[in-house]
Amino acid sequence: MAKPETMIINMGPQHPSTHGVLRVVLELDGEVVIKATPDIGFLHRGLEKLAESKTYHQCITLTDRLDYVAGMSNNLAYVLTVEKLLGLGVPPRAQAIRVLLCELQRIASHLFWLGTHAHDIGAMTPLFYALRERDEILFLFERVCGSRLTPAYFRVGGLAQDLPDGFAEKCREFIGTFPSHVDEYETLLTKNKIWMRRTQGVGAILADEAISWGLSGPILRASNVKWDLRKVMPYSGYEAYDFIIPTGKNGDVYDRYLVRLMEMRQSSEIVRQVLDKMPGGEVLADDPRVVYPPKAKVGESIEALIHHFHIASEGFAAPKGEVYTGIESPKGELGFYLISDGSNKPWRFRVRPPSFMNLSALSTMVQGRLIADVVAIIGSIDIVLAEVDR
Amino acid sequence: MDQEGVASRIKEKFSESILDASTFRGEITLRLRADDILAVCRFLHDDPELGFNYLTDLCGVDHNPREPRFEVVYHLCAMKTRSRLRLKVSLAGQAPHVSSVVSVWKGADWLEREAFDMLGIAFDGHPDLRRILLTPDWQGHPLRKDYPLKG
Repeated sequence: MAKPETMIINMGPQHPSTHGVLRVVLELDGEVVIKATPDIGFLHRGLEKLAESKTYHQCITLTDRLDYVAGMSNNLAYVLTVEKLLGLGVPPRAQAIRVLLCELQRIASHLFWLGTHAHDIGAMTPLFYALRERDEILFLFERVCGSRLTPAYFRVGGLAQDLPDGFAEKCREFIGTFPSHVDEYETLLTKNKIWMRRTQGVGAILADEAISWGLSGPILRASNVKWDLRKVMPYSGYEAYDFIIPTGKNGDVYDRYLVRLMEMRQSSEIVRQVLDKMPGGEVLADDPRVVYPPKAKVGESIEALIHHFHIASEGFAAPKGEVYTGIESPKGELGFYLISDGSNKPWRFRVRPPSFMNLSALSTMVQGRLIADVVAIIGSIDIVLAEVDR
Repeated sequence: MDQEGVASRIKEKFSESILDASTFRGEITLRLRADDILAVCRFLHDDPELGFNYLTDLCGVDHNPREPRFEVVYHLCAMKTRSRLRLKVSLAGQAPHVSSVVSVWKGADWLEREAFDMLGIAFDGHPDLRRILLTPDWQGHPLRKDYPLKG
């Protein structure tokens, strides 16, 4: 009898379920995946090279465009790294606002993931509800910084400006009803027999392997590894807030779903605590070498005008040295590694991309599974190709 | 374990390997002899007291026109002790190559491919060393300092 031949088919880069321009070359035996080879780079824009010709301040807008579903988190990881390089402290109010916005961002990112992931698997209803809530968050962001997806609101040393009037009330309105919305999503999926059949036992990866692949974020926690940078290496004042780290047991698609749902609830809780404890005070460090003068002064005082001009055109020189800072972004550990040669531009601007690392384990996760599972697994990793490719 | 602790534990086994040790902003950086990187990494990973089981990042750096021109930088993390460590090896400008550490951490696979793609650093023993972000027929290595920013 002739040996059955395998068939090689191409998935992507144009494909509704790859969440961006991802190409996966699938070698199939019938519907079973023998080998899956991801082909990335379709969204590579040379961000790391671009950053080498920009001042530290100008690089902030580049970071918006990494994981574009979680702009605030990218900004935070970057400014924290520059602040570490400079040895610059940030006032408590700025830290609290950063936490608030990043947790809202986590909810927005997970909502987008939830809607699209469910949609890929065939559950089309959650998308409408998830995006409805996410839109509320994007309206909040627009109030704060004028933009929904590319905030560029954080600055080296704090924030571009304080929160607008009425923001706290609108924010409380949102988190007041949000947990009941998560309950709604759960009624659609969590005990849904079809959902459970499509996701339980699918694409599992065990803890040791997950650690070896360098996975991070909900996908690592779903594999029963209790590792969340907000708890184990806290930054920006996260130590002050009370929240739990959900983990899964089996590391499959279903567990990743449960972990992210729980994280949304926890983020909502953190936002409430930040609002309750919000300190007053400045939102920018008092360091004229690095920080812009208040805009009102710029029109009135020549010193302020010169100061503003100097920072806008030349920026500031960072001390010679190198630092790495990682934060817990919605996708996992997002880190920046900056090498400074003592000038006003980074010598090396390295992004540690969680989506890239998480995606690298794809070939392991889909081995021996069906094509339909490939779609579920890619969705469960929660990648943004802009972060994978940079 | 602090810098002295980690460095002295490595010195016990690999006395000639550490060329330099420094701390900046609370971060420990050890510069190692390039030939020893695989053995040191395996030791850092397997040793129960150090336990650097997580490879956070691996990237290349071009210091052109300084020689040695290239550097490969490893960011490690020990989850048990919640500590980080940075290792660096320096490579000469002509045909830079260093051992692959994919046998220690699987995550090194794609990271080393990216360093190869962007900087042209070869990783000996890598199972599938080819470009990852750019097309296979691409000429040159864009993150090198002598590669133009614009066309």
